[in-house]
Amino acid sequence: MARYSSVLELIGSTPVVDVSALSPNPRVSILAKLEGRNPAGSVKDRVALSLVDAAEADGRLVPGRAGQTLIEPSSGNTGIALAMVCRLRGYHLKVVLPTNVSPERRQLLLAWGAEIIDSPGSEGSNGAVRLARRLAEENPDWVFLYQYANPNNPLAHYRSTGPEILSDVPEITHFVAGLGTSGTLMGVGRYLKEHKPGTQVWAIEPPSGEMVDGLRSLDDGYIPPIFTDNNGAELLDRKVVVRPKESIEWTRRMTEVGLFVGISSGAIMAGAVKCAALIPEGETATIVTIACDDGWKYLSTGAWSDDVDEVVERAKKIIYF
Amino acid sequence: MSALLRIPTVLRPAMDGQSTIDVEGSTIGAVLAQLTERYPAVRGQLLNDDGTLHRFLNVYVNDDDVRYLGGVDAPVADRDEITLLPAVAGGAW
Repeated sequence: MARYSSVLELIGSTPVVDVSALSPNPRVSILAKLEGRNPAGSVKDRVALSLVDAAEADGRLVPGRAGQTLIEPSSGNTGIALAMVCRLRGYHLKVVLPTNVSPERRQLLLAWGAEIIDSPGSEGSNGAVRLARRLAEENPDWVFLYQYANPNNPLAHYRSTGPEILSDVPEITHFVAGLGTSGTLMGVGRYLKEHKPGTQVWAIEPPSGEMVDGLRSLDDGYIPPIFTDNNGAELLDRKVVVRPKESIEWTRRMTEVGLFVGISSGAIMAGAVKCAALIPEGETATIVTIACDDGWKYLSTGAWSDDVDEVVERAKKIIYF
Repeated sequence: MSALLRIPTVLRPAMDGQSTIDVEGSTIGAVLAQLTERYPAVRGQLLNDDGTLHRFLNVYVNDDDVRYLGGVDAPVADRDEITLLPAVAGGAW
């Protein structure tokens, strides 16, 4: 079908492409699910629509009623996806955004009519979450969907991303995705464990760069409630951290298979390659990874064109996960 | 036999301001026990009273989170790199 009545119908059903040419192990296939094909450009379209639909279903949002405001902390993609959905549904969106995100993210939020509330860059995503929670408390008439704690975030992946992956890649042995809110890992991970027991679920921890330098104590740390609510520590089989340089290098290497993807996708690919290298001699495996978004929003970082060490230094100061 | 331990900014004040130190021990538990002996002030930041890892502390051996490799029983080999990192929101990507 190529004719749709709304852009929202274009969310999901993304293609999976074989990128095994980049696998370090000839017996291990790697396939990437291209979430940049979603209409607002990232995997977060699925989450944004799921959160808004659920809020409308339970009456927290009423379609057509004037003057409804939402507030959400986001380092970019959720905000952008929510801005698009809110524009179509007639809601006003305030996004709490750390000051150190790429300028393209800021521009895209404005393009879809969202209002930006700055949070300190030195506090990273933690700071945005903290400020959004405080503002939501002070303004009880604003609707706070809170993607980090909302069960409709992983549910979107349990209902759509997971089934799509198993349908397109029934031979999957490993699922490798990044750990942000943990929505993708919890939703897809739980679906795969239930429907194809034995599938390994690996989390890629984003490089924290200088974000953690703003912490005063370890007790300022944060674990998304979604992760705890879904027994994340039980669900995951392994978690690896990827370094900023590896992330940039693998973002570049994805162009060898024709893919122009965002830096978090490069980081996750770096993790998938580590996973492939660890498959024991004589065994075969099929890894599915998520390419969360395309590269357009990161052109200003010089990630594809500038000296890799300079890009790494720059990348440590911006949030791209 | 020794491994290299990388210390995050937030823990450096309690560990003489160092960013890396050499540590001994064949498991993460042994390494952390040695650390808390040398720097008693850091104990509450690393471990819970029952000896398990602090909820907001992630410990990596060669970039692999030890929570999925046996926790404090995770093995440490000569010349491994151990990284301590606070748990923070990775971001809403």
